[in-house]
Formats: sequence, structure tokens, C-alpha cells
Amino acid sequence: MTDTTTANLADGTDASHDGHDAAAHHGMSDKGYIRIAIILAAITAVEVAWSYLPLWDGATGLKSVIEVGGLLLMMVIKFVVVAAYFMHLKFDDKVLTRLFYSGLLLAVGVYLAALTTFEIWGSSTPGFR
Amino acid sequence: MPRPPSRELHSLTDVVDTHVSDAHDTGHVTSTGISNEKLAMWIFLGSECLLFGGLISTFLLYKDRTASGPELHDLYDIGFTSISSFVLLMSSLTMVLAVSAVQRGDQRTLRAWLAVTAILGGVFISGQVYEFTEFLNEGLGFTTSPASSAFFTLTGFHGAHVTIGIVMLVSTLVLSLRGRITQKNAEAVEIVGLYWHFVDVVWILVFTIVYLIK
Repeated sequence: MTDTTTANLADGTDASHDGHDAAAHHGMSDKGYIRIAIILAAITAVEVAWSYLPLWDGATGLKSVIEVGGLLLMMVIKFVVVAAYFMHLKFDDKVLTRLFYSGLLLAVGVYLAALTTFEIWGSSTPGFR
Repeated sequence: MPRPPSRELHSLTDVVDTHVSDAHDTGHVTSTGISNEKLAMWIFLGSECLLFGGLISTFLLYKDRTASGPELHDLYDIGFTSISSFVLLMSSLTMVLAVSAVQRGDQRTLRAWLAVTAILGGVFISGQVYEFTEFLNEGLGFTTSPASSAFFTLTGFHGAHVTIGIVMLVSTLVLSLRGRITQKNAEAVEIVGLYWHFVDVVWILVFTIVYLIK
């Protein structure tokens, strides 16, 4: 058994798998977390302001797509930032990121397919026929 | 005559000793390097994605079916809900600061941030109760229309999750006061934090999809 292998086993598989050491500090500094929170608060403020823009009054077609698309984009950015920094996905083992996002994308795909079968994208009221 | 143990055998014994010692200190050694408790919480959160995905999809299907009841967007107080969202967002910050404190072994700061997080969660829930009461006064009950049922089910389920999160936070605070939370088992606080942050990310989706998108 080589020294490297011995060291890796003692660590718990390999050097990248240090998430099991509960006492280890992983993540950012407190100032870093505060900066992230300020960015999230700023995006929320922009989101609310965006939804109130007079530009969207009676918006249809492309305008409506830009209005909703902008809100959804900001929502996704906030989601990813919280998951990456506050939930530590960025600093933890990558298997957790793959587990969470593959499940999430699968769920989004399934629900989008279900909503499509209910004709949610049309101009008529969606639902059972 | 038996042969003396080889150097490799000594190394292997050291490794086993190290593993046993680690297992006593921080739980079982796993093949992924991630503790079973943490992995279980992530899998649970994955199942919660499916639950809230279903509730959000149902809301999207029924949000325009207001029957003879009021339109949801006519009742929303976006300013008030924005402040509630800000409060929940800031509670995620205080939660991550609590995790950071316990990882440093700073018990006083841990308790302070856990208490602040629970209070912010309580403020959010109070806001939701106020909002629901206002809606009822305006004539929007749970059974008024398919839209109101979908709205109250989605936001009510989220509120129930926040309430459970507050119970978890208070329990963690009590355990810390009893000296049961230390730097060695800081992961327990991190796991509670994962649940709390998940409740926050769900609200990020709900706030945009339910309140902001008309």
C-alpha cells in the first residue's frame, strides 16, 4: 500500500471528499456572505421595480415575453446564488450539485410537459376539457 | 516460525484505527465522503422540489379561474410582500452566519444568529397570517374559486414549512444551550440550515411566479 493511498483512506476516500469532516470550516468569510446577501436584496429590488415599469402596461407579444423573461431570469439567478453560496453547493462535493440540479431539471421538465398537455401556452383558459 | 508483520500491515492497521476514531468523532465513514445525514437531507430536499413543483404547476393552471370571486392580482399588496421576501432573504444570511459561527466554535454568536433567524422566520409567518386575514376580509376564502384554492394551498404549504423550520431552529438553539452542539458536530446546524435555505429558495420562486408575474 503506498503512502498516498494510505493518506487518502485516512481522509475518507480521497482528498476531494472532505465534506465528511464536520468540524472543518468550509465556505466563505462572514463578509463574503454579507456581500452575497446585499446582491440578492438588490436583485429583489430590481425585480419589483421591473414588474412596475410602465413599459409593460397592456404588454403583449414580444414585450410580454421580455417582461416575464426578465423576471424569470432574475428569479433563476437568485435561486442559483442561494443554492451555491448559502447552501454551500459551490464548496461541497460536486455529487450534491449533480444530485440536486439533475433532480430539479427532471422535475421542471416533467411539470412543463404536464402543463403543455393542459394547453397552458394558448390564449384560452387552460385545464381539463 | 511466524513471519514478522510487514510494514504494509502496520500501515493498514493505522488506517483502520484512524477510521474507527473518525467514526466515533463524526459518524460513519461513507464511500462518498458525505455523511449519511447530509446526503439524506439533500435527497429529502429533492423530493420537496417535486412537491412544490406540483403546487406551483397547479397554481399556474388555475390562477385565472376566479369564478365570481376577486382577481388575485387586485388583492396583492406587492410592497408588503416585497418586505416579507426581504425578511426571509435576510434570514438566510443570518442562518449561514450561524453555521459559520459553529464551525469556528463560537457558541455565543451561533446562539445569537439562530435566535435572529427564528425571529425573522416568525416575522415572515406573521406577515403571511396578516395577508391571509386581509384576503378573507376582501371575500377571498379557500373555497371561493379554483384560483384561491391553488393560492392558499401553495402559500399555506410554504408557510407550514417555514413554521417547521422555526421549530427546528429553536430546537437547535435549546440543544446548543444544553451544550449538545459543538464544533465537532457543527454539521447538525448545517443540515438545519440546508432546510431553512431551501424554504427561502422556494419563496424566491413563489414571489416571482405568484406575485410579480401577472
